[in-house]
Amino acid sequence: MERTAVRRRLNWQAGTVEELVTETPRTRSIRLGLPGWSGHRPGQHVDVRLTAEDGYHAQRSYSIASAPEDENLVLTVERLDDGEVSPFLVDELRTGDELELRGPIGGYFVWETARGGPLLLVAGGSGVVPFRAMLRHHRASGSAVPVRLLYSARSLHDVIYRDELTRITGNNEIDVHFTLTREQPAGWRGYRRRIDQELLADVAWPAVDRPLVYVCGPTDFVETSAAALVALGHEPGRIRLERFGGTGGSA
Amino acid sequence: MTRLDGNAIAGELFDIFGKEMTSAMGTCAGCGSTRPLGELAVYLQAPGVVARCTSCDKVMIVIVEIRGVRCVDLHGTAEVDNA
Repeated sequence: MERTAVRRRLNWQAGTVEELVTETPRTRSIRLGLPGWSGHRPGQHVDVRLTAEDGYHAQRSYSIASAPEDENLVLTVERLDDGEVSPFLVDELRTGDELELRGPIGGYFVWETARGGPLLLVAGGSGVVPFRAMLRHHRASGSAVPVRLLYSARSLHDVIYRDELTRITGNNEIDVHFTLTREQPAGWRGYRRRIDQELLADVAWPAVDRPLVYVCGPTDFVETSAAALVALGHEPGRIRLERFGGTGGSA
Repeated sequence: MTRLDGNAIAGELFDIFGKEMTSAMGTCAGCGSTRPLGELAVYLQAPGVVARCTSCDKVMIVIVEIRGVRCVDLHGTAEVDNA
């Protein structure tokens, strides 16, 4: 058994773009047909590779947005204006195109029903993508684990999966809280500032309840949130972090 | 330089070790602290990839590719436990 495991390789495979959904002006979801896909765990990602005509490769890592129970693999990609890969995926890719990817990758930033809870998810911007996989897995598996998602976005237009998250918060086990940091619509009743200790204290379970915490977003966001959570008494060993950068993996 | 974490090099670690490694426990050769490789402080824009201990900042892993050959320096890592 161990020999087989050690020899396993991450092979590149081609997926076919079956559907493209514009989530926000900067993000798009890509639904892929992937024959022979081995399955994944909620929170894992894939490496996507683009090859230019001269053979030049550019490779980046993207979180999987779909649950293992979903029929298709879905990636949600945010356009980084100086990016090498994301502008193509968000603006140029068409239905029917082939996309080269490998995975699933990662295992640390994974939540499955069996890990239990209560589960606190803290997302900054496109950091919400792996949490969509976890939330869909939670629903699909009929989990009774209580979940709170705190999602920080610049404006309502920048909220990814807005309809789905609004729907899901009607569920008994799941609460979704938004904070809009730059621009709020008229009559907005949610939070309206960057995540800080007070906001986390408001939304999170108290530390004595020992929630499992996952934080995902840009580096500054993740570090601010993690420091605030530790200051509130949450055990570092129960906090998992994933930092998004301009590059998700070197080519 | 942007600080990321070990999740960002999950694919590279898989390539090197032949299995998922972000949940594996790595022990720093400098201060002896042990944590999942997914928690290391990772810098991708260094010459190659550099992963540092988050307790003492010692360089635990360096990955450089030279003419298609991947060179991995684990001098700063005392132990990796993938149990």
